[in-house]
Order: sequence, then C-alpha cells, then structure tokens
Amino acid sequence: MSSAPIAIPEEAAVRRRRAKGLLSQPLAVVGLVIAVGWLLVASFAPLIAPYDPLAQDFALTQAPSSEHLFGTDELGRDVLSRVIYGSRLSLPLAILLVALATALGSLLGAMAGYFRSWVDPVVMRTTDLVFAFPAIILAMVVTASLGPNIRNAVLAIVIVAWPSYARVVRGLVLSIGDTEFVHASRLLGSSSRRTLLHDVLPNLAGPVVVLATLDLANAILLLAGLSFLGLGAQPPDPEWGSMVAVGTQYFQYWWMGTFPGLAIFSAVLAFNFLGDSLRDRLDPRGVSRSKHQGVA
Amino acid sequence: MVLAIGITFVAFVLTQLVPGDPALSALGPVTSADPEAVAAYHEHWGMDKPLPVQYGTYLWNLVQGDLGVSQLSHQPVLDDLRHAIPATMELAFLSITFAIAVGVPLGVIAAMRQNRASDHALRVVSLAGISMPTFWLALLALYIFFFRLDWFPGGGRLDPGTTPPTEVTGLYTIDAVLHGQFSLAWDALHHLILPALVLAAFNVSLITRYTRSAILEVIHDDYVRAARAKGLPERTVVIRHVLRAALPSVVTVIGLVFANVLTGAVLVENIFAWPGIGQYAYQASLELDLPAIMGVSLFVAVVYVTVNFVVDVLYGVIDPRLRLT
Amino acid sequence: MTLLAVDELRVRVATEVQPLQIVDGVSYAVGEGRIFGIAGESGSGKTVSVLALMGLLPHGATVTGSARFEGNDLVSMPPARLREVCGREIGLVFQDPLTSFHPMLSVGRQLTEHVRHHYGTSRADARGRAVALLEEVRIPDPETALERYPHEFSGGMRQRIAIAGALMCEPRLLIADEPTTALDVTVQAGILRLIDRLRRDRSLSVILITHDLGVMSALADDLAIFYGGRIVEDGPAEELLASPRHPYTRALLEALPHPETARGAPLHGIPGAPAQPGSLPSGCVFHPRCAYAIEACSTEVPELRRIGERGLACPVDPFAP
Repeated sequence: MSSAPIAIPEEAAVRRRRAKGLLSQPLAVVGLVIAVGWLLVASFAPLIAPYDPLAQDFALTQAPSSEHLFGTDELGRDVLSRVIYGSRLSLPLAILLVALATALGSLLGAMAGYFRSWVDPVVMRTTDLVFAFPAIILAMVVTASLGPNIRNAVLAIVIVAWPSYARVVRGLVLSIGDTEFVHASRLLGSSSRRTLLHDVLPNLAGPVVVLATLDLANAILLLAGLSFLGLGAQPPDPEWGSMVAVGTQYFQYWWMGTFPGLAIFSAVLAFNFLGDSLRDRLDPRGVSRSKHQGVA
Repeated sequence: MVLAIGITFVAFVLTQLVPGDPALSALGPVTSADPEAVAAYHEHWGMDKPLPVQYGTYLWNLVQGDLGVSQLSHQPVLDDLRHAIPATMELAFLSITFAIAVGVPLGVIAAMRQNRASDHALRVVSLAGISMPTFWLALLALYIFFFRLDWFPGGGRLDPGTTPPTEVTGLYTIDAVLHGQFSLAWDALHHLILPALVLAAFNVSLITRYTRSAILEVIHDDYVRAARAKGLPERTVVIRHVLRAALPSVVTVIGLVFANVLTGAVLVENIFAWPGIGQYAYQASLELDLPAIMGVSLFVAVVYVTVNFVVDVLYGVIDPRLRLT
Repeated sequence: MTLLAVDELRVRVATEVQPLQIVDGVSYAVGEGRIFGIAGESGSGKTVSVLALMGLLPHGATVTGSARFEGNDLVSMPPARLREVCGREIGLVFQDPLTSFHPMLSVGRQLTEHVRHHYGTSRADARGRAVALLEEVRIPDPETALERYPHEFSGGMRQRIAIAGALMCEPRLLIADEPTTALDVTVQAGILRLIDRLRRDRSLSVILITHDLGVMSALADDLAIFYGGRIVEDGPAEELLASPRHPYTRALLEALPHPETARGAPLHGIPGAPAQPGSLPSGCVFHPRCAYAIEACSTEVPELRRIGERGLACPVDPFAP
C-alpha cells in the first residue's frame, strides 16, 4: 500500500515495452536481421558462393585478397565459399535437432506433469542424470560410441538437450493443472486429453519458444564444438567447427580459423539476442531460465 | 550417492552401445589379427560375462578404489586421473576466481544502472560473451598473444624440458611455491593465464547476467530503503545489504559455473595441450577406452555431488533462516 | 518552535507513458515535540511525500518545493549531505517490520551500523547503546537479542526493534509510516503507547502516517488529510476530528465504526474509488465522489484557505459552523 505509487514506473515501463512489440527492441531487430540473413545465405549458397567449396584448384593458404575475400585454406579451397556452404549444415541441423529435442522433451515433461504417478519420478531422475554431465562430455561419449559422424552428433545433442524442455513443461503443467480454469473445465466434463490440448498446452507456448530460441544458439555451438573435436562433420564437408579445428593447426594463417569462427559467433549471437528479447515479452516470469548451461 | 551410481550406470550402458570391439582398437592392427590375443583380452576385462555381472564387477572394484586399467595408456585409470585432475583443477580455480572477480562487480553495476546506457552495453557484451565459441576464442587468443605478441606461451603446463615441482597438491603453482621455486611457479602461472582467461569468458558473462537479475530482485526491498534511510554510504548499502541479499543466487550460478568449466575444459585443454581431465576424456572417447570413460564419469559425478553439497552448505552460512537450530 | 517546514512540495515521477504528479504542492509544519499526523487512503501520496524529504525515492522522481529542517532545505541539499543529515537527524520506521529488516544480518549489526558510521562510535559503545534502547522499547534479554536474526522475533517485537534502531542516532524527528498497520490489534496499542512515551521522554518530533483516524485522535497533535496528492484539510487534530469541514474528512470519519453509533446502524463507505495518480480528475480531485460538489469543483483547483489554525481546500464548505 505505501509503496504502490512507487512501483508504478516499473509496471508502466513493462506494459509499454510489451505494447511496443518485439520489433522496437534494437537487440531483437539485430538478431532477427542476422538470423534471416544467414537463412538466406544458406538457401542461396550456390548463387552467392564465388567458388565451389570443395574445389582445390587455387594456390594454398593465400591471404585474403580481392579474389579470395577470406583467403584460401591448406588445400587451396576458397574459405568464403566454405563458410557460406557451412551455413547449409549448421543452421538446418540446429533447427532440426532443437525441434526434435523440443518435441521429445515437451512430450515427456507434459506426461510427467500430467500423469504424475510413476512417470514423473522416472522422467525427472533421468533429467537429473543428464544434467549432472557437462553437456559436451556426454555428447562426446555418445557420439564416439555411435561412431563419429554428423548424424550421430545431432542425435547426441538431442539426448543432451531434451531435459530442459521436460523440466520447464512439467513445471508449467503442474502449476497450470492446479489453476481454477483447468479444474473448472474438468468439472465440466472435459476429457483429460482435451484438457491437456486446449487448456494446458497454449499456456506453455511462450516459455518453450523462448527456450527453443536460446537453444538454437546452444545447438549451433555444441554442434560446432563436436565437429571441432572431430566427432561431427567429417572432411571434406565444409563445417564451421571443423574449419576452425584446421585453423588451429595452421594458425599463422589466421584467416582459416577466424572467419568460420566469426560465422559461428554471429549466428549464435543472433539467436541469443532474439531469445533474450523474446524472454522479456513471452516469459516475464523467467520460467525458461531453468538451466542455462554453457556448451562450447 | 544415488546419482553417482546412476552416472556410472549411464556411462556403463553407453559404453555397451559401442558397435566396435574395443579390443581391436586397444591391441592395434597387428595383434588383433590374432584371435587368441583378442579372446585373452576379452577374458581379462570380463567381457565374456553377462552385462549385469560386468557392471557388478565394475562397481565392486570401484568400492575398493580400483577403477580398472586404461586400455589406452595401460596405466591404472586412478593414476591417470590423479595426474589429470590437478591440472584441470588448477586451471578451473584460476578461471573461476577470475570469472567471479569480474562477473559479480559487472552484474552489480548493470543492476544499479538498470535501463541506462551502461546496463544496455553490459547486456550486449555479456550476450556476446556467451555466444562466442570457446575454441574460437582460444584460437584468437593464441594467435594474438602467443604467435603475434609472444606474451604468453603457446600451450602445456610448463616450458618444454622443465621438471615439474615435487608433487604435493598437484597444482604446479602451489607446489613450486611450497618448495620455494619461485621462477618455476611463475613459469606455471604464465602457462595458466591464457587458457584460464579463455575459459572464463563464458562464465564472466553468465555470472554478470545472473548477478544482475538477482540484485534486481532485491533492490526494491524495504530493507534496502531502510539502509539508505539510516544514512549509510551507497557503497555500504550496495555491498553489505544489496549484494548480501543477492548472494544465494550468486552462489547458485557459481555452482553452474563449475559444470561449464568442465565443459569448456574439453575444448580449451585440447587447444592448449593441457594434460587435464578434458583431454583425457576426449582421448578416452575417441579410442573408446571404457575404463577411462567410466573413470571420467565418476569424477564428473563426484564434482557434481561435491559442488551441490558445498552450495547447500554455503546457503546455510549466508542465510541464517536456513540454518538448523 | 518549528522543526520542519514543508512548502509547496511536489513529486513528479517520469514514466515511459506519462509523467505522474504524485504529490502536488503540499505545505505543512512539524513543531518540536509534537506528533504530526498525515492521514489518507492508499495512493494519496502520503508515503511518497515523506520519502521525498529523505531522498529515498527511486531514480526518475523529481522533487520540487522546499523542506526546511532546522533551517536547512532538504530538497536542494546535495544527495550525499542529505543522506548524512537524514541518517543522523531523522529516524524512519516502516510499515512492515517483516520486510524492513535485512533477513541475513544480525539485529545487533542492523542496530549499530549507522551510529558507528555517523559518529564513529566504537563497537562496544554502540552495542551498549543498543542494549539500553532495546530495554527502553521493552525487548526482553537485549544482550542476546543482538546476536539473533530478525526472523527469530515476532512482528510486534520487530517493530519495537525497528523503533529502537530509528532512535540509535538520537534523531530530532521520527517518521513512522503506518507503523501498526501490519500488526495485530493487541500489539498495535503497545507500539502506539511506545511512540507517545518516547516523544514525551525525549521531546522528539514525530510524523505519523496512517489511514486510521482512530489512531490519529488518540495520538496526533496536528493533522493533515491527504487526498490525490494534496492536503484537503489540516489543523489541530482534536478540533479537526471533532468538527471536520471538508466533505472527504467527514466521509472518512463516517466510514469509521463508532462505539456511539447504534448497533445495527449501517456503516457508511465512500462511494467511488480513491483517486490514483495517472488518472486524477480535473479541478478538486475529490469532486467525482463528493455529494456537495458544485460546477466550479470540476474546473478549479481549490486553494487551502486558512481559517484560524485550520486549513480547508473546499470552496463549498458545506459544514461551516
């Protein structure tokens, strides 16, 4: 009561910010522009790339010049073209694996929160186990066991990534399941499937979207990290992480590692900018801030 | 404890998924052509027994302090870990100390200047910090500070040809100081700085962001206004009252940071040729060295449990309401 | 003697939507050794008006006007000096003793840190003083109380400790913001008696903020009624409460349950909702809820006219004697 008038500025600011929408946040705009830019680059790579990313018919390890803006690598391939083609691996795979992790995690989390009984402890203890491992160590062991290639790397990251969705969704389902309107719709005779689909799920969308956006950033990092270690994409595929790895062996030729690294950095930054701005809007309670684990 | 057993179990199951035969990679192409040698190898590791028996055997040996012998180094895994863990710990402690020393003040500044220019700038910088691939940062750091400027050595724990200090803690800097070998201590520290800073970049950002939001949660509380009303200087209000109230959340992040450092260590140690647990884990997974992978998993479990325990204890120290009376 | 003279105090808070005028030109004087009551509903600006004096408003609030405390203007004083002066000379007691103590610092530390800062008192002396004050506010076993933490005390005890804390630096003025609102009724009386006793023993001036006119009639010497960031009526408390002249004051009093009212007689609420900053009506802020409003009330802001010792901001004055 006594502090009510003092709280007004903050509330008003929040209301105003929401009303202005996402596009009025500079960070969100920058993130969106970079992300869309990369998606366009990935879609039109053959049109944009000046050379064939696998062609080795240039002088080796040339410094950046007007002919090769990013220089050439140890086999005489054009680094710019390889960076451009690299987006065709990293971005779609990151989107795919986040989609898989979201689907798997949300499903398990919703089941745990909704049915409780034995499902809940089993799912939750499993997430505990996965969380106990540093992401990359678990992903590394999984990839190594299944065989080092990009498909297994994606699979490994899905295994590492699903638990955060499961936890967030479970928590939300538990809290929403207890609210009046869900009780009301149950009393009115809705089936449990109907309740889940119509009343509970729509309320999950915000935090899950925020989490997925931030996770796209993590996925790109982790995928690049595994490839860097030689556990993801295999040569001669142009992949950003493995290009940086080659760069570390030739680091007097700085352009070989710097530019692909910059590509990873900009793509990850774009999704982090977007996710962080989205959180202000879609998840003011900060539910999605479950465990922001470092990845690479 | 349940978790620790769970982790060894997961690691065990994972290693069973391996399609290849570890005997082949362990024995090398020449010896593995000999079926008798392969059979002997299988028998030696109990691989001809059913899986639950293998797992039981492993756990039993574990309790007795026997982690098996690494198929790669042909050394007991425990010995390998004994060398690798201090190397990583030395790196991790310096890195975390640095991350806290920079991240907490930055978080305080961002929160105190909420929605002003410096807060926005710190938001962008910290988002950039968590977006930067550690391995790329390591490459840039090496290129600039080793290759171009030659301020720091390019990798390893000591200059080549240097004898490490007699082991006490396994942390070279401390061991060297304990033996009065100050130039050796400096050499060790010199090697530590660059990888530790690279490893800290992500965590500085993480700590900044968490500290900021933790402080914003308490900054409008009545007791902060009460402290100001008492006429205490702003410095005292911020450090003794605001930061103190935000400390439990800060401690929580520092727990998270330990996990991040282990993750980062895999990549950073790889680039800086640091003979730590990250390198060991990497080599072990590449070669499907099962006992070594299990050993690393166990170490991870121990770290996880210890960190959680320490964090819980710290909560009690910080917040008298959580103390048992 | 006047200790604090507030003149045309205004507080404006800049928000992204619109600037809000939370306190709109209030003037009053607090005499030495007297209890000055400020009454009004939530959102009437009573708390903000005193926080403004002490420079405790959040970033973005602009304070104009003047507030002369022992001759020095608090409003124009540099922030660092204001904090020193207020910390030493003005004690503040908050509404909710559950939130006004730092949960993780011991009572001893929170009672002594400001004396030690302002006067450089030694730790032992500061603790001795704290023990004496805790005894004075009737905290049993004050020595061990210093070692304990706020959550180990009940609400009433904590409010007593808060009062002791506010008195540690021997202030001239005590500001108590709804000091009993968060407490049980039985505990309230004790706290109010304590404030009254301290005032007499130490010739302390007190600004007592409350929405409870019952408390005011028991304790306050002078009284100002706040509504919508302005004073609508003020004067000596006893007289003002006996013969209220502003329709709002009268409505407030009628809303009180009274022992003399016949059993079963209806309690009168005030129709409409209290004015809130951001949606203040034009003219007299009370006119939309006022049964006596004339046309001019919706256009002209009424002045606080002096009538003897009293002040009244109502041109209609329907209850003139």
